[in-house]
Amino acid sequence: MRILLITSLTVLTLTACEREDREYRANPVTAESEEKIALSPLSAGPNPPFERRSGMGQDYEENAFHVSQGKKLYVWFNCNGCHANGGGGSGPPLMDDRWSYGGQIENIVQTIREGRPNGMPSFRGRIPDDQIWQIAAYVRSMGRYVSKDVASGRNDDMHPAPAEQRRPPGQMIDGGQVPNSALMPQ
Amino acid sequence: MKRTSFVLLLSVSLAGCQGWQSALDAHGPAARTLADMFWIFTAVLGTVWVLTLGALLLALRRRRAAGTDPLATNPAIERRMTVVVSTAIGMTFLTVLALTGISYGGQRVLYGHKDGTLTLLVTGRQWWWQIMYEDPQPNRVFTTANEIHIPVGEPVLIKLESADVIHSFWIPNLTGKMDAITGRQNQIQIQADRPGVYRGQCAEFCGLQHAHMGMLVIAETKEDFERWRNNQIASAKPPSNPEQQRGMEIFLSKPCVMCHQIRGTDAGGKIAPDLTHVGSRRYIAAGTLETTRGNIAAWIIDPHGIKPGVNMPTIQLEPDEVQPLVSFLEGLK
Repeated sequence: MRILLITSLTVLTLTACEREDREYRANPVTAESEEKIALSPLSAGPNPPFERRSGMGQDYEENAFHVSQGKKLYVWFNCNGCHANGGGGSGPPLMDDRWSYGGQIENIVQTIREGRPNGMPSFRGRIPDDQIWQIAAYVRSMGRYVSKDVASGRNDDMHPAPAEQRRPPGQMIDGGQVPNSALMPQ
Repeated sequence: MKRTSFVLLLSVSLAGCQGWQSALDAHGPAARTLADMFWIFTAVLGTVWVLTLGALLLALRRRRAAGTDPLATNPAIERRMTVVVSTAIGMTFLTVLALTGISYGGQRVLYGHKDGTLTLLVTGRQWWWQIMYEDPQPNRVFTTANEIHIPVGEPVLIKLESADVIHSFWIPNLTGKMDAITGRQNQIQIQADRPGVYRGQCAEFCGLQHAHMGMLVIAETKEDFERWRNNQIASAKPPSNPEQQRGMEIFLSKPCVMCHQIRGTDAGGKIAPDLTHVGSRRYIAAGTLETTRGNIAAWIIDPHGIKPGVNMPTIQLEPDEVQPLVSFLEGLK
């Protein structure tokens, strides 16, 4: 009985050793992931627009390692040059709840890869595919659309806002619609 | 067999006394001070150890004669013991005082900076060293990586900073360790007495590839140094043949430019090592691989196979793009 207890406790402890996989080395042979996303919920016809998502986004957005790598790359590749630390500057803010081109990770990946009108440059061929996914995963964590244990902790240097981990979970509003709460009282 | 293994072990441990990365093979004033202090401390403390253990063994071997009263005192023996113990305490005090004095004198030498003309800003990064040669003339300032050239016999001031975590700068043949700490600047001076190549290593655990964070210090004559410096200040030479030309086009159209800089081209990234004269450096990947065609190709194709966790990503390259790219990089002398 006692042996059984000790064994099961040991096994339980050992399960904590592998919280998640850290994948340092992206598969060198896969080409860019193909994401077919629609920017509008409207479609000419009775059915909603056709979309195809590769599903690899899940591996990135729920992985604390990828999110923290994305946080580093966000600064390295000068995303904060336009979007500041998520609050926005000459580019739109990223930590609010409005997503002009959709807040799913695939949408963000496409936004980074292809660029968007009025200033967002295309990073196709400039940032390796796996790093684009990492940055997109981090951008999603800025508005806390990911669980608390995945979002990053506080910075070592001065931080302008609470750490991603400590922000309240976000409510996503797709397509740049203005929520009632944000309207000026008439 | 036993004797062979003993000789082998002895020679292995003695091998640490010499070489291009050995604190006991001193080639500069600071390292010599440290090596001298090492030998003085080893000799003095070794002697103290032998004397103490000898006294202990003596005390264990000599037995009180059987049948004597353990509480009986003999004034003559008591006096003699008082003298011996007082002398021992006095000698201990003197030894500690002398060693403290030597240690203090050594620190004065190590941290007292002489005036020199050359100042370097060395930044520790995960997992390589960024080296900036400062100069009063802004157009003579340049940045390189993992390889420091210094003129022989001149003190060189090194300002140490860190971009991410704490690293430690250590060239065993030239000087002791100094930490590179985020948000502050430490200073250390190095000086080499004669020309040579010395290896340095990060000496503070700084993450996955801490063990592969080496650098070289190349001490050379003043003329050689000036020639090297003038070459480093210059922009990269334009490609000299069609293959290298194609390699440059590939470099400029790939993710390389997001992080690497090649002065004289459009590549202006400041995150990874400056590649303007990468072909002139003896090693790539922070002292990990010798700069050869094959090693450059291997490093580009699979950096994580060589240094798992390194910040260099795996990039999409077509098979026929590798050779021109390597040819271009190798040509950046």
